[in-house]
Amino acid sequence: MAEFVDHLTVFVLATCVGWYVVWKVTPALHTPLMSATNAISGIIAVGAIATGGMAGASDTSRWIALAALFLAMINVVGGFWVTQRMLHMFRKKG
Amino acid sequence: MDTSIVAVAYLVAAVLFIAGLAGLSGQETARRGNALGMAGMAIALIATLLHPDVSPEHVGIIVAVALAGGALGAVLAVRVEMTAMPELVALLHSFVGLSAVLVGFASALQAGHHDGFAAVVHRGEVFIDVVIGAVTFTGSIVAFLKLRGSISGAALIVPGRHAVNLGVGAVTLGLMATYAGYDQLGALLAATALAAAFGVVLVHAIGGADMPVAVSLLNSYSGWTAAAAGFVLGNDLLIITGALVGSSGAILSYIMCKAMNRSIWNVVFGEYGATAGGASALDPALAAAVARGVNTASIDEAAQILRSATSVIVVPGYGMAVAQAQGPVRELAELLEAQGATVRYAIHPVAGRLPGHMNVLLAEANVPYDTVLEMDDINGDFPHTDAVLVLGANDIVNPAALDDPKSPLYGMPTLEVHKARAVFVVKRSMAAGYAGVDNPLYYKDNTMMVFGDARKVVEQIVKAMAHG
Repeated sequence: MAEFVDHLTVFVLATCVGWYVVWKVTPALHTPLMSATNAISGIIAVGAIATGGMAGASDTSRWIALAALFLAMINVVGGFWVTQRMLHMFRKKG
Repeated sequence: MDTSIVAVAYLVAAVLFIAGLAGLSGQETARRGNALGMAGMAIALIATLLHPDVSPEHVGIIVAVALAGGALGAVLAVRVEMTAMPELVALLHSFVGLSAVLVGFASALQAGHHDGFAAVVHRGEVFIDVVIGAVTFTGSIVAFLKLRGSISGAALIVPGRHAVNLGVGAVTLGLMATYAGYDQLGALLAATALAAAFGVVLVHAIGGADMPVAVSLLNSYSGWTAAAAGFVLGNDLLIITGALVGSSGAILSYIMCKAMNRSIWNVVFGEYGATAGGASALDPALAAAVARGVNTASIDEAAQILRSATSVIVVPGYGMAVAQAQGPVRELAELLEAQGATVRYAIHPVAGRLPGHMNVLLAEANVPYDTVLEMDDINGDFPHTDAVLVLGANDIVNPAALDDPKSPLYGMPTLEVHKARAVFVVKRSMAAGYAGVDNPLYYKDNTMMVFGDARKVVEQIVKAMAHG
């Protein structure tokens, strides 16, 4: 239970940080914000690697985790790449 | 690699993600922000591969699968049209959702790390992860199909759905107790199926023009589901990142709702798109105006008025994206600027199908971002503007929102284009907007309707101006 509360503390604090940081994002960049958050939510790949790479995991569990990794990596690369593509389109006058 | 080094790497990654999002606060820092996010991701992935719990014999297959997924992501990112960004974002949300479901199941099948009450808590975490993930997955798929036009965008309401929703909630809680308390995998599977069905119904009930809210909401869910996966795996980096994404989506949903003067509850559980449309008692003044009919302008008349304008504001809506009119709009702006006029763009927060979508489309058409202004920054300028060009927008320029307490739009913040000296509304027909409400703007003396496809109309005006 203590472990759960530790994680809950991190979760609540991170939610607060996110709240204050994202309010500062300029509305003109709300679409890149969405694709950037798409990219970083691909962090679930880390969980998929940890689960799929575990020494004692069953084959079923391992392949399920590898499928999760595949999907998460689409997000990571696709999200960052398309964000970069969009951000390069924004130009100032002159 | 030592586990404490991995923990430090995760901490660095978390800080880089936060700095990356902070970079999006301004155009000047945005690209660097995105690069920081990429660096954070690379550090996190490499550190995880070197974690002592990841057995080296599996690293090969892990890297191969990761590269395959990444390659597919790159193809999607390179090929997507900017008009199709809402679809891509929805699709990526669905991947996060499905990925979280899979991670939850993979972890559920590896029982044995927890004993006693800790095992109950762990199964509770798996359950929450899988349920939110399943709703995110199917909800995003429906959103994707709606945005693509593969299925109707209209709101589809299941009869008695409030009772159904409550029932689904109660059954889910029962299944959670069964799975967490008694380790019945069947209960987890049943809850996954139920949550998947719920995701379909939930997004199906949200109408087409409310899609910015639906996509923002799913953005938020995709964050919460990643955070839940973090609880399952006891991984703080997942928890932090998921929480950041969750807050981000929640803020975007809030901004979108506020821009429509509606509550999130009303958007998700209301029946706005489905029931609005009945032309209720028309205001007598408006009825008289409707009877009089609208002013129309020919291409040449429009070109002539624009030629003498010194200040012009373009108001783009979803119709501009559909017609792909942004390129011709920029050409028109260049002609106007060449004659000494200032041209600016006014963006309503819910214009388009994704928050900020119009800004990206204009940027793609090489419109400088410092001429593209948010609603609150430009609304005061309409009274001293010579001409306004409304392209494929309707409800967001409806003056009834300001002065008609009986209008369903009353109270919604709108672009006050009717205050300008001349307003050109480019529109295919007189059909009402999404809200199904008539727009008094069209009947104003200073408004001229130019009927036709937005792209063709603007191209013709450009031609007429160039030859004049």
